[in-house]
Amino acid sequence: MIRIVNIGMNHETAPVELRECLARDPGHADRALSVMRELSCIKEGLFLSTCNRVEALFTTERTEEAKHSVVDLLSRLGGMASASLRSSLFTYEDQDAVRHIFRVASSLDSMVIGEPQILGQIKEAYSAATKEKTTGVILNRLLHRAFHTAKRVRTETGISDAAVSVSYAAVELAKKIFYDFKGKKVLLIGAGEMAELAARHLMTQGVSAITVANRTFQKAVEVAQGFKGVPVSFEEIAAQLLEADIVISSTAAPGYVITHDQVKGSMKKRKNRPLFFIDIAVPRDVDPEVNDLENVYVYDIDDLKGIIQVNLGQRQEEAVKAERIVEEEVLKFEQWLKTLEVVPTIVSLKEKAETIRQTELKKSLSTLGGLSASQLKSLETLTLSITEKILNDPILFLKQKADRPLGKSYLDTARRLFRLDRENGDEVEHGSE
Amino acid sequence: MAVFLYGFSLVLILLATAAFIVYLVRQQKSTYHWAYRLLLAGFTSLTLFVGHEYYTLGVAPVLTLKSSLSFFAWTILLVYLLFHLKFRLMVLGSFVAPVAACLLILSTTLPAGDLTVKPIFRSLWLPVHIGTAFVGNGFFAVTFVAGIMYLIQEWQIKKKRLGSLYSRLPSLETLDSINHFALICGFTFMTAGMITGSIYAQYALGSYWRWDPKEVCSLVAWTFYAVLLHERLAVGWRGRRAALLSLFGFLILILTFVGANLWLSDYHSFRNMGGQPGG
Repeated sequence: MIRIVNIGMNHETAPVELRECLARDPGHADRALSVMRELSCIKEGLFLSTCNRVEALFTTERTEEAKHSVVDLLSRLGGMASASLRSSLFTYEDQDAVRHIFRVASSLDSMVIGEPQILGQIKEAYSAATKEKTTGVILNRLLHRAFHTAKRVRTETGISDAAVSVSYAAVELAKKIFYDFKGKKVLLIGAGEMAELAARHLMTQGVSAITVANRTFQKAVEVAQGFKGVPVSFEEIAAQLLEADIVISSTAAPGYVITHDQVKGSMKKRKNRPLFFIDIAVPRDVDPEVNDLENVYVYDIDDLKGIIQVNLGQRQEEAVKAERIVEEEVLKFEQWLKTLEVVPTIVSLKEKAETIRQTELKKSLSTLGGLSASQLKSLETLTLSITEKILNDPILFLKQKADRPLGKSYLDTARRLFRLDRENGDEVEHGSE
Repeated sequence: MAVFLYGFSLVLILLATAAFIVYLVRQQKSTYHWAYRLLLAGFTSLTLFVGHEYYTLGVAPVLTLKSSLSFFAWTILLVYLLFHLKFRLMVLGSFVAPVAACLLILSTTLPAGDLTVKPIFRSLWLPVHIGTAFVGNGFFAVTFVAGIMYLIQEWQIKKKRLGSLYSRLPSLETLDSINHFALICGFTFMTAGMITGSIYAQYALGSYWRWDPKEVCSLVAWTFYAVLLHERLAVGWRGRRAALLSLFGFLILILTFVGANLWLSDYHSFRNMGGQPGG
């Protein structure tokens, strides 16, 4: 009997050094796939390798042998003894393996729950596997169901709605102030990873221009180059406040760079167009009193972190809903898997009926003799519909009972009833799960 | 027939309101589609009702407070549907539908009364006058609703309390531009309503302007909106201030509509239109 097995490591089972060892080389995945294809005990295989997880998913009829081979493969790829690797590995079989891959695709197994990258990574791994032709009926279906599950989770729950990084949280806020970023201008004061990341997110969302101010003009020029922005000197900030819509500030200045009076003066000249300050600096660059001005919104790093904290909590809540969806999909897949076991019986049933029909038809035709073309045709239709109608109910019955506990014994009975197996007497143990 | 159509519209619009509120809470697109369809059906049915009233009465059905309220609900829905074509803002329905539903419920609680239509109302100027005035009111109702939405959203962002409505409400810029657009349209229609009204008055009563309390109130509201529009365009009174003022402006309108028509007015009052029992 075919089983689905999943062996691998993730951020929970393995320390980062170990995951690095395995995931560092992008060629690993291809090598693993070709090894898996060569192994006779593995029927279908897929290899997923990201910075947070390394997993092999495969179907096999010789479970223990296949598991050994895959652990060997992983230890060879990582360049370490399989004994020391084993403690960091998880192994899921059958329903658990299905559930696991659904959870991974839905980003429920991620370090940051709901992060969107993992689905793309699985899709890549799957397309690599299809290119290498290592997937078949079961894994194709399994992966498509995983994508479907992930899509359901994304649309039916709010698991990836809310931002969980400072820069994204800032962009999300900006979206609630401005309808779209077309024609909006960003002023970036100072430099720093988080500030530049936020600016970059805004760029990808369609902001039309970026201006970079820095106390050392040289630095402003450097940063501006990365954004195709315009560098300005620190003294020009006041003038830039008339132009900008979103100001990201991240300087090392000990005092306020943006003061209440300064913004108050510029708001009149801006005709009250909204102005959004994202103050990532510690100590703060923007006087908190600026937030009291009409149409001006100031969020500092603590505010943004507070939002993230709330959002993370929300994701946890949504994850409960997502787990329910995963469970539903696992059951559906199990049902399909069970019907798969029925397929060979149905095929041989149909084949048997067809052979009988052909031989009997031949016999009768020889005695009937001299029939017209239309008579022959109607005879053909007649015999066909008789066999089809007789088999219809048994086939439906088998399909319906496929996922019931007694499904296997029905299957066995059907095979005996119609004598589908030449050597009769194979004992089929039922209720194996 | 009329009773059936009215009841049918009321049920549909109440269902639509419920669906819109469910949509607001649960954020499911399918719910929204149902809500929208129900509202569209309710609007169609209400249109038939208003048309039927017009036909049987022979004049525009605005001579009693009862029928005026349902007519007002109809214009609000009309304006909302027009807005939907332009802005495609799903959440707006969750705020507009309840307003229309409230007006309709209010209308059902009022007694019907007997109505004798005076010959003065059998004029084409009446539907033109009240049509433009009411569509104007419909637009101002949207400024009111968008203003409330803006204030809620602005408060959340300003106070950094991003509650459950935060993600459900659109951006401040969107709400502000709805407010702006509705203000321009509402003002245009209101102006048209007042001009056609005074022509009608000249034609029917012999003078353009009679300092009737309703006229005075309308003039106050019109001036208020004119100032708001001017400040918006010239000085840049946008956002919170504009939203607050549009709430205030709408309150003046309500006062004009209900107060003046019921108690103060001379020829604008329903009492003198023959619509109020014992009037």
